[in-house]
Amino acid sequence: MSRAPEQWAIEPERYELRSTALHQFNLQRRDFFKVMGAGIAIFTVAADAISAQESGVRHGRGDQDQPKDISSWLHIGDDGTVTACTGKVEVGQNTRTTLAQSVADELRVPLSSIRMVMGDTALTPFDMGTFGSRSTPYMSPQLRRAASAARDLLLEQAAAEWKTAPDKLRVSEGKITNLASGATLTYAQLAQGKTLAHDMPDSDPITPPAQWTVAGKPVPKIAARAFVTGQHQFTPDLRPADLLHGKVLRPPAFGAKLVSADLSAAQAAPGVVVVRDADFIAAAAPTERAAERAIAAIHAEWRTQPQTSSKVLYSYLKENLDTEENQKPHEKGSAANGLAKAAHQLEQTYTVGYIAHTPLEPRAAVAEWKDQRLTVWTGTQRPFGVQEELSAALHLPKDRVRVIVPDTGSAYGGKHTADAALEAARLARAANRPVKIVWTREEEFTWSYFRPAGVIEIKGGIAADGKLTAWEFHNYNSGGSGIQTPYDVANQLIQFHPANSPLRQGSYRGLAATANHFARESAMDELAHAAQIDPLEFRMKNLTDSRLRAVFESAAKSFGWPQKKNHAGQGSGMGGGVEKGGYVATFAEIAADKTSGEIRVVRVVTAFECGAIVNPDGLRNQVIGANIMGLGGALFEAIEFENGKITNPHFAQYRVPRFRDIPQMEAVLLDRKDLPPAGAGETPIVGLAPAIGNAIFDATGIRLRSLPMVPHGLNATKASA
Amino acid sequence: MATPVHAEINGKSRTFASDPNTSLLFALREELGLTGTKYGCGEGQCGACTILLNGTPRRSCQLSVADGAGKSILTIEGFEQNGQLHPVQQAFLDQGAFQCAYCTSGMIVTSVALLHNNSSPSESEIVQALEGNICRCGAHPRIIAAVQQAAKAMHGGRS
Repeated sequence: MSRAPEQWAIEPERYELRSTALHQFNLQRRDFFKVMGAGIAIFTVAADAISAQESGVRHGRGDQDQPKDISSWLHIGDDGTVTACTGKVEVGQNTRTTLAQSVADELRVPLSSIRMVMGDTALTPFDMGTFGSRSTPYMSPQLRRAASAARDLLLEQAAAEWKTAPDKLRVSEGKITNLASGATLTYAQLAQGKTLAHDMPDSDPITPPAQWTVAGKPVPKIAARAFVTGQHQFTPDLRPADLLHGKVLRPPAFGAKLVSADLSAAQAAPGVVVVRDADFIAAAAPTERAAERAIAAIHAEWRTQPQTSSKVLYSYLKENLDTEENQKPHEKGSAANGLAKAAHQLEQTYTVGYIAHTPLEPRAAVAEWKDQRLTVWTGTQRPFGVQEELSAALHLPKDRVRVIVPDTGSAYGGKHTADAALEAARLARAANRPVKIVWTREEEFTWSYFRPAGVIEIKGGIAADGKLTAWEFHNYNSGGSGIQTPYDVANQLIQFHPANSPLRQGSYRGLAATANHFARESAMDELAHAAQIDPLEFRMKNLTDSRLRAVFESAAKSFGWPQKKNHAGQGSGMGGGVEKGGYVATFAEIAADKTSGEIRVVRVVTAFECGAIVNPDGLRNQVIGANIMGLGGALFEAIEFENGKITNPHFAQYRVPRFRDIPQMEAVLLDRKDLPPAGAGETPIVGLAPAIGNAIFDATGIRLRSLPMVPHGLNATKASA
Repeated sequence: MATPVHAEINGKSRTFASDPNTSLLFALREELGLTGTKYGCGEGQCGACTILLNGTPRRSCQLSVADGAGKSILTIEGFEQNGQLHPVQQAFLDQGAFQCAYCTSGMIVTSVALLHNNSSPSESEIVQALEGNICRCGAHPRIIAAVQQAAKAMHGGRS
């Protein structure tokens, strides 16, 4: 048996888009080689500590036919192709490339021979999802260990062939050389005709970063050519035969209950399928326009309730605490005593608004039913979570639901839920034809979820010598990520207080770490000014964490801190911290126009350290990208709402960073080959907002404690403050 | 039945089966399968759906099929010639000027139009030309570098 049957063949990159024949396929060990073809395979078993973290705990509902214990796998085919499989997804963070680099590196093969199969519930083992900056620290070593085990297996095979010992052999470039005779065997030759599958040994050593050859190097995005030619198919680009386009009747406000609906006019339109299921009303039609018309022809009556407004958001959050969910405070020493003996005290409140992810590819899904089985293509960070939601909502065993994630047009923490997938699936079931749902930008701004708003109250105290004596920190609603201070304070009281959010809220790049760092690093700046100590010196005086010190020092050096002021309105500031294993310090220079009130960010330098760097080019792209994205939340992005409606659900009203907003950007990457790599998709965003706020204070003497800081310029902010 | 609309699309004469009132973006994508042109907002605010209409960059989400009648339409799929990328496409590839790359088609089409009118734009002219194109991943500095690289390559090729 040399080739997999045609319908099982996995084509790199495009496999997910036209593999309808795979419907019946659930990857079981006994079928593995039937599907993948002859070769050598290594299964990563989820029972081991590291992979279990990524694979999570399965709920054991209707998934008996999925290999529960496998969390990733690797296959070397008899053509030398290496297929590595993981439930992680590619959403622009470049994980497809960095994971492939790690596998190639460990297996000693060129990057071009690696095929990554990602985010497909029928092909890839269970995975909790692509979030929390976990792919590099957890999935990458897992795949490396599988690759390392595969390499050992190949060495054993070669040693047996030559009747010699594995240590008399050398591995490089996808082949094994017999050092004594000079004979070589390629991986392809060794895999020929074999069906050898091993579980990964418990502790197979992986190559330390200092010895990496493929990893650690700047490598371009895999299959990037398809993106510059328009050939890559994102979910909205899929067009299965007989496709219908779906539209959903949206309620007039959040929480509205359907009282009555007259569907007759919509149902009368030719070729239109209308679905009503509880409060869900939707239509599918041969064109988007026909579906829109059908929805417009529905007369529906809704019952709505008065709801709060973004104008009173912060008092609302404080008044609507969710005390049942209350979290235990982190306490050390006595914050009260520490404050009492402080030479300088600070007591301040900081706020952050709700913001939207606005991925340029809106939430979208294509659903297709065949033989009572459902396949959904959708851009999600949680293919298995979406599978579970579909299974529950449609009362369908999970083995009849397949979720496939084409490489997606960004997510930023916003694509965790199954919304569009559910809508498309429900319509497709009624229409008995494939249905595509692509949310409009207004739907995206309204019916997705938002980064939580929050109120943060800080009390800080310092002694006459500038040492912190007390730190009290309360975060209301926004979240606990990055809430702990990295500075040395003997007396601490730190607490997250959940609240009943008036809007649907959820994950976002960096989560609450952006809010918590904004508040903490702004307060640190205020304390430094109160004590009349240089802000960098003040931080260093209170900081022993050598990795955080290193990024502050590196960024300060590249930025040229302290910066001499050459003109009016010029100011500079910094912000930094530790989160998800990454260390960041950002310095910003701003220009404030006194007359117009315009704030322009002129220059940003970010130093970042996340252990050993897997792909410096990809990392630089992430660090710069995170800072550019962060400009929006720092300066002008804010979701406004009133009575259950989003009042600025358009790009014309909700300002995201554009070319003219982009400062001169510099990323300083600290490569620690002595440390394992951590994730990098999120943490580089957290230093920017406080750096800008502190720079605005430096330039104008005005302290801005609310994100976004200048949605309508400095003058409007001053007037309303 | 309205008269079918003819247009020259990526160098080939085509007839739209779609109703002339259909959004040009929808017809290009769903009828003709030219899905490289993206929907980003449907409001003419993000530039993901940019095409060249008689050489001018236009938001196809703001046009109808009828607007294309008798005109030449160039989409991202029309720039590669005999397997050879357009210098702007090549420059985006060389600079790694994307992350998720959903905005890339619109960025490339807009940049091609800019370089057609201005063979060596300054940085601020590039910023101005791309102001209507949104990139959420923050690839802006690399996109600017890509346009600069393409300008050099195209300028060099001509002289």
